[in-house]
Amino acid sequence: MYKLKAPLTKDKIGKLRTGEALVYDGILYTARDQAHRRFAELIKKNKKLPIDLKGQIIYYCGPNPAAPGKIIGACGPTTSQRMDRFAPALMKAGVLGMVGKGERSPDVVRAIKKYRAVYFATYAGCGALLSRYVKNKKIVCFEDLGTEAVFALNVSNFPLLVAVDCMGGSIYDERR
Amino acid sequence: MRIIGHKILKRAVYALVTRANTELRSDVLRALKQAQSREKSALAKSALKAILENAAVAKKEKLAICQDTGLPVVFLELGQKVFVKGDIIDIIGRAIEEGYKKSYFRASIQKDALSRSHRPSYGPVIVHTDIVRGNKIKITLLPKGFGCENKAQVKMFAPTAAVAEIEDFVVAAVKQAGASACPPYVVGVGIGGTQDLACLLAKRALLLPIDKRNKSKNIAILEQRLNKRINTLGIGPFGYGGKTTSLAVKIKTYPTHIAGLPVAVNISCHALRSAAIFI
Repeated sequence: MYKLKAPLTKDKIGKLRTGEALVYDGILYTARDQAHRRFAELIKKNKKLPIDLKGQIIYYCGPNPAAPGKIIGACGPTTSQRMDRFAPALMKAGVLGMVGKGERSPDVVRAIKKYRAVYFATYAGCGALLSRYVKNKKIVCFEDLGTEAVFALNVSNFPLLVAVDCMGGSIYDERR
Repeated sequence: MRIIGHKILKRAVYALVTRANTELRSDVLRALKQAQSREKSALAKSALKAILENAAVAKKEKLAICQDTGLPVVFLELGQKVFVKGDIIDIIGRAIEEGYKKSYFRASIQKDALSRSHRPSYGPVIVHTDIVRGNKIKITLLPKGFGCENKAQVKMFAPTAAVAEIEDFVVAAVKQAGASACPPYVVGVGIGGTQDLACLLAKRALLLPIDKRNKSKNIAILEQRLNKRINTLGIGPFGYGGKTTSLAVKIKTYPTHIAGLPVAVNISCHALRSAAIFI
């Protein structure tokens, strides 16, 4: 199976095709509803973001806390649809990859094509299993949001499936 | 009158918190395994394999099956010959909050639905109470994830509506959920009562053992027909396409008014978690 290693580049993304399963080594930045809202507000006001999003992968995830002796609790993907309203602005700010579950809006697919980005799906509803691929976890910003804060997850062999490639082809269209 | 102390109640609720969140229901596991043998496509098979592997990891390591440990919904059936010392709703609510915290589950509750200004917390939970006969308490915990809760729908049909119209509505609700709410689904349907009761019936339908045939022959046939229709949608496990979009359709009914026919749909993700205990 193909192993995608950080950093993500337009060149690497250009070779990925919808439906392809792969594994990823590198950093995933978690961000869900409230973190997206904050990023989008900062971008709108032309203010500096707490992290540089250029070339990064955003993982739509709100992890469970780590039990003693563990790195993280269950940490599967949340519904990507809810981030659709913010995703184009984040791609404009440099985000190249997104990880979540389920369909994206036509606007997001257009933005993925425009910015030559990629949308991955991972095992939906399998947070316990996915916790095994996390090597370490660090809080990055928005600590007051609890689980909705931004964490940097250092992952190894994290399972991904190309759900929308940079040409705009979607796994969710093909099935019908 | 049977007297139950708050410690017994608390211990029982703790046990439910762990069991419901870390052990997938055996009926759901069976249905997933059956689906795995039925699917032909490699993607659908691998999705079901991951789901089953996840259930095994969660159980073994006492990890939450899903990071969304839900909004804990409690169904309390309180025998009228039972007396609980203290505020029973408060004891249950606090026990769930403590249980979640001690199990390192996620705090997912936003105290102010509009301003969203609070740090997510463990409570308050939702408790539905029924007073029933007898001297026992039954507590059922349904940690309802919001990926699928967001896909719930309700519609007030005309009393003269054809069954086919209701079927179309249920199938359309699943189609609209698409790949986003963690298919394969279990589809709960509530028919009758008032608008609010239909919604509650739909949610309660998710508590029924999914492989147990409905006692009403007509409803059993309707459940099967709906399940078949939903499985022709082709959404499949994880939405990657396949034969299994729904593991089961479960229907609960109640008498209604001559002027109406409320129908509600409450979808559950494949990680349908619930646990019950008698005290």
